[in-house]
Amino acid sequence: MSKESADRPVLLQVERLTTVFDLGDREAAAVRAVSFMIRAGETLALVGESGSGKSVTALSLLGLVRPPGRITGGSILWKGLDLVHLEETRLHRIRGREIALVLQDPGAALNPVFTVGDQIIETLLAHGVVPKPGARARMLELLDAVRIPDPDRRADDYPHQLSGGLRQRVMIALALAGDPELLIADEPTTGLDATTQSRIVDLLRDLVERHDLSLLLISHDLAVVSACADRVAVMYAGQIIEEGPAQAVLHNPGHPYTRGLLASVPGAAPGVPLRGIEGAPPRLGELPPGCAFAPRCPEQFDRCKTVMPESWAHDTGTVARCHLHDPGQAVPATTDEGGAPGP
Amino acid sequence: MPLLEVEGLVKHFVRRRPLRSTVVVHAVNDISFTVDEGESFGLVGESGSGKTTAARCILRLTTPTAGEIRFDGEPIRSMSRQQLRRLRRTVQPVFQDPYASLNPRLPVGESVAEPLVVHRIGTAASRQARVEELLDQVGLDRSHLRRRPDELSGGQRQRIALARALALGPRLVVLDEPVSALDASVGAQIVNLLMRLQRDLGLALLFITHDLRLVRHMTTRVAVMRAGRIVETAATQAVFAAPRHPYTRTLLAAADLASRRGQVDPGENRPDDGDTPLREVAVGHWARV
Repeated sequence: MSKESADRPVLLQVERLTTVFDLGDREAAAVRAVSFMIRAGETLALVGESGSGKSVTALSLLGLVRPPGRITGGSILWKGLDLVHLEETRLHRIRGREIALVLQDPGAALNPVFTVGDQIIETLLAHGVVPKPGARARMLELLDAVRIPDPDRRADDYPHQLSGGLRQRVMIALALAGDPELLIADEPTTGLDATTQSRIVDLLRDLVERHDLSLLLISHDLAVVSACADRVAVMYAGQIIEEGPAQAVLHNPGHPYTRGLLASVPGAAPGVPLRGIEGAPPRLGELPPGCAFAPRCPEQFDRCKTVMPESWAHDTGTVARCHLHDPGQAVPATTDEGGAPGP
Repeated sequence: MPLLEVEGLVKHFVRRRPLRSTVVVHAVNDISFTVDEGESFGLVGESGSGKTTAARCILRLTTPTAGEIRFDGEPIRSMSRQQLRRLRRTVQPVFQDPYASLNPRLPVGESVAEPLVVHRIGTAASRQARVEELLDQVGLDRSHLRRRPDELSGGQRQRIALARALALGPRLVVLDEPVSALDASVGAQIVNLLMRLQRDLGLALLFITHDLRLVRHMTTRVAVMRAGRIVETAATQAVFAAPRHPYTRTLLAAADLASRRGQVDPGENRPDDGDTPLREVAVGHWARV
């Protein structure tokens, strides 16, 4: 993981990306003016609950959003090239070769009638990264890189003969086949047992370090995020509502939603009610006019219901989309505990 | 006397395969534990550990191969029809996916009332009052009664499943991964609700889960299962403070991803316990070591 990350070149710069789904009678924005960047060798985690827009953001990056969804605004600069307006043939060459995706459900993504070795070889040849005679050797190298024991024998297995953890490793090997610079992993450990999950996390960290990969990790699991990420962006109702160094976001967040999310995870005090968050996230296309989180927010005041907040710097180093941190805004004194912004 | 006693429970599945030898899967292999009245007990394990099969035996959704399950000291096996019917009211399940366990065509109010109808309890009017009381207990209002499951959020559906489970006034609720399909913020609300209900109604909870954080938060005693056996059982606090079995330690280390940052993988291949018996390593703390 990169340490002096500010010196590293920016690989991906996303500016005000907006992806909309046509629901017939109305349009619903799944991704609303999302901006972030990823530097070489860096791991950015996109955190959020279901429906927050994190997976649609990932699909948008690769031009994989299918109708009725479409990108309606913003730019995705990949090493200076705008992917939003790139023709499909050129985008196709970037997919897998430069930016590769590890999908959520390896059971559905692998072809059940081919051996895993053949599927990796096919991918290698499709990317044109190795000549046919060298393909098997490279395939075995990849299986070894993702720490599949006894690659020579495992290569001849069919997906159903592998455990969930091994299948996920095969998915990662497939993503690495095109020798990409950026890996997008969408919930790579969801549905795996705890011990398997921790091994996949170790593997991802190791790959990032050894192969100098950048990683966009999409996850709802704060433990996984905290184990992997250099920086964290939290999504809610299609927006990034807080972004910053992982330490700051996960330990001293400025946004009430992030605080609530952290307080939802059982931890320090057994038996004590979790602080959590009241209510449920808004449905796609039924957003309130002001801050999308306002109806659930323990610290909301009048302005929150009508005016969409801008993003403001928070003392701990994060940037939070919240009126509480607007320096020009007098925040009404709250009697609620934890109501005051910052320490 | 414990409310629930499980003694030497065994469940084997026989898999007959055409033209090949028959295999016997030892899903649950001689497990014993007890749950007291009002207690919250955790049965933890990874997939394939047998925890769900054990729960299904207790709920009588499947017949054990061997062993005894007793309620109030009374073995299920020797119960009369009438006693079994009463047992159904004593023990209620809540499953992981409320979407699969609620009838999608039925307004959820009717789903909640159904157990009362089936057990011929009360009149239509008193049942209606009871349903409203139950909805209140799980934090929903009456406007939800006429909705169908797909009109509710995941958290609301799980609340309905709970209301239905509580309808007959059970003494033990068996919860199989009740929050693992929910988002964290919604899961936290269900966790709080369960703790409140347990306290207010004096319920005993049998918690089946892979989530150690949840077990630590919600239970007072725990049994760790692996490959059909209990490898360690004690007060939850003791297991977290001083785990004795290598597998428990591996599980705890795996769950604590963040603090292992930069550290190496815990042992991949642990030796099998084989027939190491459970022994008492500290007062009330048993482990196969």
